[in-house]
Amino acid sequence: MSAVATAVPVPSVRPVLRERGQREVFCGLTSIVWLHRKLQDAFFLVVGSRTCAHLVQSAAGVMIFAEPRFGTAILTDRDLAGIADANAELDRLCRDLLTRRPDIKALFLVGSCPSEVIKLDLANAAERLNREFYPGVRVLSYSGSGIETTFTQGEDNALRALVPLLPQDDAQQLLVVGCLADVVEDQFRRTFDALGISQVHFLPARRARELPPVGSGTRVLAAQPFVGETVRALTARGATLLEAPYPLGVEGTTAWFAAAARAFGISTETFLACIEPRAVRARQSLDRYRSLLAGKRLFFMPDSQLEIPLARFLGEELAMETIEAGTPFLDQQMMACELSRLPDSVRISEGQDVESQLDRVRSAAPDIVVCGLGLANPLEAEGITTKWSIELVFSPIHGFEQAADLAELFARPLVRRTRLAL
Amino acid sequence: MELTLWTYEGPPHIGAMRVVTSMRDLHYVLHAPQGDTYADLLFTMIERQDQRPPVTYTTFQARDLGGDTAGLVKQTVAAAYARFRPQMLLVGESCTAELLQDQAGTLAASMNIGIPVVPLELPAYSKKENWGAAETFYQVVRAALAGRLAEAAPERESRNTGGRRPRANLLGPTVLGLRCRDDVTEITRLLSRLGVDVNVVAPLGATPADLARLPDADFNIDLYPEIARTTCAWLERSFGQPYTRTVPMGVGATRGFMREVAVLAGLDQDEVLAGELSGASSTAASASRLPWYSRSVDSTYLTGKRVFIFGDATHAIAAARVARDELGFEVVGLGSYSREFGRELRAAAALYGVDALITDDYLAVEAAIAEAAPELVLGTQMERHIAKRLGIACAVISTPIHVQDVPARYSPVYGFEGANVIFDSWVHPLVMGLEEHLLQMFREDFEFNDKAVPSHLGKSVGHAAPAQDIDVAMEAAGEESAATLPRWAPETELELRKIPFFVRGKARRNTERFARERGLATITVETLYDAKAHFGR
Repeated sequence: MSAVATAVPVPSVRPVLRERGQREVFCGLTSIVWLHRKLQDAFFLVVGSRTCAHLVQSAAGVMIFAEPRFGTAILTDRDLAGIADANAELDRLCRDLLTRRPDIKALFLVGSCPSEVIKLDLANAAERLNREFYPGVRVLSYSGSGIETTFTQGEDNALRALVPLLPQDDAQQLLVVGCLADVVEDQFRRTFDALGISQVHFLPARRARELPPVGSGTRVLAAQPFVGETVRALTARGATLLEAPYPLGVEGTTAWFAAAARAFGISTETFLACIEPRAVRARQSLDRYRSLLAGKRLFFMPDSQLEIPLARFLGEELAMETIEAGTPFLDQQMMACELSRLPDSVRISEGQDVESQLDRVRSAAPDIVVCGLGLANPLEAEGITTKWSIELVFSPIHGFEQAADLAELFARPLVRRTRLAL
Repeated sequence: MELTLWTYEGPPHIGAMRVVTSMRDLHYVLHAPQGDTYADLLFTMIERQDQRPPVTYTTFQARDLGGDTAGLVKQTVAAAYARFRPQMLLVGESCTAELLQDQAGTLAASMNIGIPVVPLELPAYSKKENWGAAETFYQVVRAALAGRLAEAAPERESRNTGGRRPRANLLGPTVLGLRCRDDVTEITRLLSRLGVDVNVVAPLGATPADLARLPDADFNIDLYPEIARTTCAWLERSFGQPYTRTVPMGVGATRGFMREVAVLAGLDQDEVLAGELSGASSTAASASRLPWYSRSVDSTYLTGKRVFIFGDATHAIAAARVARDELGFEVVGLGSYSREFGRELRAAAALYGVDALITDDYLAVEAAIAEAAPELVLGTQMERHIAKRLGIACAVISTPIHVQDVPARYSPVYGFEGANVIFDSWVHPLVMGLEEHLLQMFREDFEFNDKAVPSHLGKSVGHAAPAQDIDVAMEAAGEESAATLPRWAPETELELRKIPFFVRGKARRNTERFARERGLATITVETLYDAKAHFGR
């Protein structure tokens, strides 16, 4: 990926363990599982193989929706025989889909490993389909393929695909980037309002067709650490990135709001009056988890790119000790504020060689390992307590009101161990 | 290109993983991009496996594509062998790697690592999971038996006596199959009672070395034809081992299976079936409680319950027989996603006077269920969701399954205990006899109506959809424009609501057909009852 190369160089002496081997991570298609719920007018059409379809339904772990707003255009032998046929087939399939689902106002064509290997041009397909369906339906494209993206990078690519469509507006405004739970988004909006920052937009909005403006007066605040490409596309359109840690935990959330307050010239007095009561309440609710979690040793397997901010929160506010924070991909620019708050004792690893990483887990004997679903039960069977990392992207964990919920996610597996008399 | 919302089967390499993960001392190197490792969670989560599947992935990325992906395969094979030291190594590709044409299998075979290396070619763009499992099992068996092919079949027949008990192999059980672990236990016990020993169970629990002993059995039991039929047929051709055709699901089929085993094992059929008194009413007439439970008066209300069946061909066909012959249900739909067994399914469907639904399109299945308006759906994890949406009772009889279909308790579906399990799990979701009558008598009771779930299931279970959903779905399924239909008088609409929701759609269509055939412009209450009298129940 070009991300590291294009990032603003950040002076960093922290050594990073870079590994290449078997990676036990999801591909970017997985982020469709929450994106399709967030964007209520959008349909995500993966153009790929039966594996892609199987992945998305298995990763979701649930199939509660009779007719979901995502699907897979499965390539068959015939499509592989000729690209022209594949394009015609894709058009036919999209036409059928959009006729059957008039509620769909935005269609994302999502590239996969096979569609990229056969060089099926989805950007071109989107343009072709827009000529037919726009303005009724906006057709977009991005890559969620495993050869290009891991897990949450799929969301980054989906949001980046929206950036060229955003209307230009150079007025002063705040743009919060990254998919948040609706409840968190509402809380943030109220807090910004109380701070006196009234021009606030979110990307994504709840509908793909509701596009926030962007321009030279736009200050971007990233709510998720994995939206680097989107942020860089926004800055290319004149926006300024506000450097801040992520709104995880009380301190992270305070610093995150502080970055916005500084940029919008909010007085210290106003800031404290607004933020302090929220922070105090959140600290109180965190207190009950501190005795449970303090001193506990953590090991993060690479997964969602939330690992480094989480290690920072759990260390700063709950006195947990992270042995290793693995990340599938280290975006130095997006992590700069987080890395500077992390003690040197935390080993950062990028990429993965799962077998040797598991060897490190076993020799470090941590109290809790944060890992994907494929690894959790095998580790539990070895006597190692685990926390499913996917829960961290499927639950509201951001902001003051969720700080204790986030701590509870780590406490629960440990408490469970002590409760069971087995 | 085909649009898929939910898939019944994964790609063929998932089938290969099921076989490999079922066995021991076997390892699979899969040339696949990062992301394809999601497959591990199927095993560790749905089946709660306490070990990762014995699969090593090359997890190539875009930056590897310009370089030497073939080198990555060799590197991965060498590292996997060094770490896991299996007896045999399978090497194959997932969908993306197939496009790269690195020939991973051939490449690995040329490395001469000192153990048998089986190249797996599973066409990802035309085949699916069960085919992949069957092909993998067949290839592994062939590789394990390479040294024994010289044993000619006729010679083997002559040594099939000598005073020892007859021996059979149990073939086809895998992880992520339906209740395979318990079916194996149940059938092993049954065979033991008949005086038949189990030689090898495979793939579940077998090593490649165990597979080399397959020809030591007198015959094979094809427990799961989707997985084992190819292998059984090959073993018959190559080693003269006959194999069973009856899948022992339900009392009748279990008795038929015992008869078949008796013939293959050279046992006396009457002796084998002693105690199984077909047609007898007493509680002691079978090793299963199903025959007596089904005859007991409490079960009268099961008579003619409309049941829609969809699953893999093996379980769907077997379930239809149990449903009609052993529970007294009416089979109103029978289908399968197993295209490979389309012929068998069509033959079975003809027995019940329904059209076989052979599809892997989830929406087509949903439409067929809405159209058939059943009272019970026997299906897969997918049909559980369809049934939930339509507010119909459902039991899972086939893969794909979810974690709740892998119960902690002993819960086979084959053999006599399996028949007990079937009776319980198919009857439990239904509204019980007298409750059903009361529902029909007092339809306007605010807390006891057809929008409520059966009272023994409680409010928190079932989540029955509002009954109007099924009306909407069924009207949609009709696909006839309102203009061409006779008009329903408002009071007739109200009367129609008093008909139980699970037959309401059918009553609506029959009445409309009746009115149309007679050229009636308006459907009155009298028309409704005229149509009822005309069509019967």
